[in-house]
Amino acid sequence: MSMIRVENLKKSFGDLEVIKDMSTVVEEKEVICVIGPSGSGKSTFLRCLNRLEDITGGHVYIEGTDITDPKVDINKVRQDVGMVFQQFNLFPHKTVLENVTLAPIKLKKGNQKAAEKKAYELLDKVGLREKAKAYPGELSGGQKQRVAIARALAMDPKIMLFDEPTSALDPEMVGDVLDVMKQLAREGMTMVVVTHEMGFAAEMGDRVLFIDGGYIVEENVPKELFGNPQHERTKAFLSKVL
Amino acid sequence: METIINAFPYLMEGLQVTLYIFSIAIVIGFLVGLVVALLRLAPFKVLNWIAKIFVDAIRGTPFIVQLFFIYFGLNSLGFFSLDNTTAGIVTVAINAGAYFSEIIRAGIQSIDKGQTEAARSLGLGSTQTMRHIILPQAFRRMLPTITNQAIISLKDTSLLSVIGVADLTQEGRIQASATFDAFNVYLILGIIYFVVIYLLSMLASFVERKFVLR
Repeated sequence: MSMIRVENLKKSFGDLEVIKDMSTVVEEKEVICVIGPSGSGKSTFLRCLNRLEDITGGHVYIEGTDITDPKVDINKVRQDVGMVFQQFNLFPHKTVLENVTLAPIKLKKGNQKAAEKKAYELLDKVGLREKAKAYPGELSGGQKQRVAIARALAMDPKIMLFDEPTSALDPEMVGDVLDVMKQLAREGMTMVVVTHEMGFAAEMGDRVLFIDGGYIVEENVPKELFGNPQHERTKAFLSKVL
Repeated sequence: METIINAFPYLMEGLQVTLYIFSIAIVIGFLVGLVVALLRLAPFKVLNWIAKIFVDAIRGTPFIVQLFFIYFGLNSLGFFSLDNTTAGIVTVAINAGAYFSEIIRAGIQSIDKGQTEAARSLGLGSTQTMRHIILPQAFRRMLPTITNQAIISLKDTSLLSVIGVADLTQEGRIQASATFDAFNVYLILGIIYFVVIYLLSMLASFVERKFVLR
């Protein structure tokens, strides 16, 4: 069973059709990078995968569960789908440790002690154990994003979604965050990454999706997509960003 | 000076009544405000309308008319009989509730929607998100405006003297006519209100510092 299956996805905001027709499949342990011009619908595509956006048409299956079915317990599905945002969205009134343990404790994934032990392991992993008692406002952008990754991982997700995770960072912070993501990818996490980091997409992506105008214009292994793009729009986009 | 010394114990009794009414009414008023704010933001049109009609009705009418409506109007129907203190508490609570609801609504809406998205993406439900993520942040932001409304409500309680509640203002009126020293009695009355409100705002800024926004 595929981790994610998208069938004829459509998404409109009022009269504005942002996603016209998209279909794709993500298998376990795959790292999919999504690239495309701004306004092309790539973030919206990602946000449909955990139904942060109401889906207008088509189907999205997460581990076989159709999340467009109104009867589905979306909160249950979301526990398996971690998400990292461009603007971090850490909870500013909670410490780093509380940010990471909040969801596991409230959703009864274990008691507080177990949650904290796990949180410290995750903070170790992102290199921020010593910031456990700090508040988000005391961290740099890169540190915030690494905490956000730890927070998402605390729920033991099977899939991680990244929405332009390095776009709001100072250039010197980007590397730290990408390193954490690379480590995750090597450990076999299934990942969908919307990104402008073509280097990351080329190095870590099992496949790259080029999205434009509400369609998946082209999808291929990075070597082919970057080296030998088939569509004019892909060529035009790559010539601007590479 | 002597008239003031004689009047003072009565004024203190009135102050007790004022503080008693204020503290009950403000707590109930806050709960009313919270419920109305959540109704206003609920994803059901009917609930939004009910909340909006309530707020508009309270905001669009004078406090004293609300007080008369509840004390004289509702009592005249004969279904129940509210004594003047209860009617006063109910009026202050409902009146403050309407204003609190607008403050709370604005506070909730001022929290970035990324906070909700982050919480929901972790699998938290909408109630858990509201309780653990949105409201704690919103309340910190709302504290100064809430204090402001609480002070207004405290001053509104003086209007309850009109229906005979033996509050601070009513005691002042009685003492003013008993002593024939209206100038000094009302001056003292004003000073007492001022001191109470000053203490209240000091308490509020202490709380604000304690829950500083990070």
